Amino acid sequence: MSTLAINLQDMHHHYKDTPASYAGLSIAQWQVDITERVFLHGNSGSGKTTLLNLLCGILLPTSGSVSLFDHNISALSNSQRDLFRAKNIGVVSQKFNLIPYLSVLKNIQLAAYFAKNSRPDVNSDVQTLLNALQLPSNIIHRQVNQLSVGQQQRVAIARALINHPRLLLVDEPTSALDASAKNAFMDLLMQICDNTKITLIFVSHDASLLHHFDSNLDITTLSKAEETMSL
Amino acid sequence: MILLSVAWHSLLSRKKTAILTLISLTISIVVLLSIEHIRLQAKESFNRTISGVDLIVGAPSGQLNLLLYSVFRMGSPANNIKYTSFTMLEKRQLVDWAIPISLGDSHRGFRVIGTNNSYFTYYRYGKKQSLQFEHGSKFSSLFDVVIGADVAKELNYNLGDEIIIAHGIGNTSFTKHEQTAFVVSGILASTGTPVDKSVHVSLGAIEAIHLPPSALKKWLTNPEKTPPVPKSITAVMLKLKSKLSTFGLQREINNYPTDRLMAVLPGVAMTELWSLMATVENLLRAIAVLVLISSLFGLTTMLLASMNERQTEIAVLRMLGASPVTLLLLILLEAVILVSLAIIMSIVVLTLALYSLEAWLAAEFGLFLSDDIFTMELMGLISMIFIATLIVPLLPGIAAYKHALHAQLSSH
Repeated sequence: MSTLAINLQDMHHHYKDTPASYAGLSIAQWQVDITERVFLHGNSGSGKTTLLNLLCGILLPTSGSVSLFDHNISALSNSQRDLFRAKNIGVVSQKFNLIPYLSVLKNIQLAAYFAKNSRPDVNSDVQTLLNALQLPSNIIHRQVNQLSVGQQQRVAIARALINHPRLLLVDEPTSALDASAKNAFMDLLMQICDNTKITLIFVSHDASLLHHFDSNLDITTLSKAEETMSL
Repeated sequence: MILLSVAWHSLLSRKKTAILTLISLTISIVVLLSIEHIRLQAKESFNRTISGVDLIVGAPSGQLNLLLYSVFRMGSPANNIKYTSFTMLEKRQLVDWAIPISLGDSHRGFRVIGTNNSYFTYYRYGKKQSLQFEHGSKFSSLFDVVIGADVAKELNYNLGDEIIIAHGIGNTSFTKHEQTAFVVSGILASTGTPVDKSVHVSLGAIEAIHLPPSALKKWLTNPEKTPPVPKSITAVMLKLKSKLSTFGLQREINNYPTDRLMAVLPGVAMTELWSLMATVENLLRAIAVLVLISSLFGLTTMLLASMNERQTEIAVLRMLGASPVTLLLLILLEAVILVSLAIIMSIVVLTLALYSLEAWLAAEFGLFLSDDIFTMELMGLISMIFIATLIVPLLPGIAAYKHALHAQLSSH
């Protein structure tokens, strides 16, 4: 068992109908250790979101492989990949986080359902998580579109953590938050990472957050590395 | 189960369109079910009206006409037949029993049937059921009246009440036979056939009230009155000892030299009645099916239209690990929820409507509808509607599936 959480080898991806200006994403090699916290940045359109989609298996590489925790997820069947994502990867993104018409509890239960997480104490897990995230426990039956943005963000974290994932992908979570909410959010996130052995990929433009992370990666250099090597 | 709850909440989040779709589905299912129910019930109600009669004999006209006025008490007889023809038929070796019928009078909107006591003994309806008396008994004197269950209920008549018979069949007939009051001697139990709405009197009484006033007065004052012998009646119902002789006797009656007679087989006439109705029936069904199809398309349109606003939702579900098939299933579940609700609502609406309109339909149209709509045929129809709902929303379902295949996290 290696200590690698993420291992990309000769991975190349381009969209079928991309404009000629976009070369696609090519990564010769990228490895992230378990429990490492990676700050990923880059200009818009440089492929950050594509990389996240590749990591959680929603997109498949055109060539090469994506391995997570020694599983080559590119080689799994579609349903296996869906299940792997549900069980091992938690995602928190700026938008498109929660299903607006469902209650907080239903949103979180849904994540557990797709991960086939049938432990009877899912509900008490939800309570524990909400407490840990400093959310009042009476919001559990509220519809998420009645919550504030900050509360929704924390519910999204709870949802991402319910299945005890090994990899947490966070996509520009702080851009909708004001300064104090942003700090509170970061503190919370780091606290969670301290308490669990989770690997964190954090995509952001905000360089002021850099001090929280083990490594800082520019997607352009990650992708260009391959180009220079192949040239 | 959680998927069902997601589908349910998703519908709730689009309450307005969902409710409109539900209403349109309910209306179309009500239309379809009620047309089918009325069709089946009308058929059954007509078919159960008469049972065990082999031949109906009347004056020559159409066989349908004869059937309608003699059995269903609809329309007016074209002509009468001689009373002696009846006695001739009654005495025939082949004949098991014969019931004479004389029409033409009414009592407060209900048809008056002149007949004799063999009517109460032999008349059969439904599954060879005979007439039962709720109160009283058959004719024992000339001016006795036996009324059907609906007549008793609506006019609130009891045994011993005196009633007046009017000439003609309108409710407000001018020539009322007022010198001669009839007395209610019997009230029949409810049968669910036109018998319930009939006033039965003896043939002699019919003849008596139609005597010229002077002759009637003379006859009434006659201390030893013997019932006048009727000269003519409207129709005769015959039961033969052997069904095999039906066609022979029919031919013989049609060629009877001393009176102009026509004999029809009730079953054949009934079939002619239904073949007349078949076109209308099929047209109604076609309209009902089209209405249903259009509202199923309405359902599809609603689900398809929601696809755009749901792209993000689909992306979230994908990210949580939902497979594209699960998303297709979610859309189908929404359709199934809506249609199930629509079916339940239409059953409730239809049952309530039938329950409240039952009496009116029976009184106005002679349609005896049961308010039990859980018949085999209707259940079959409901399951067909259900299957159609599983097929029609496949279109938005597949759209969801495709969205799901290409759904991604995106930051814009």
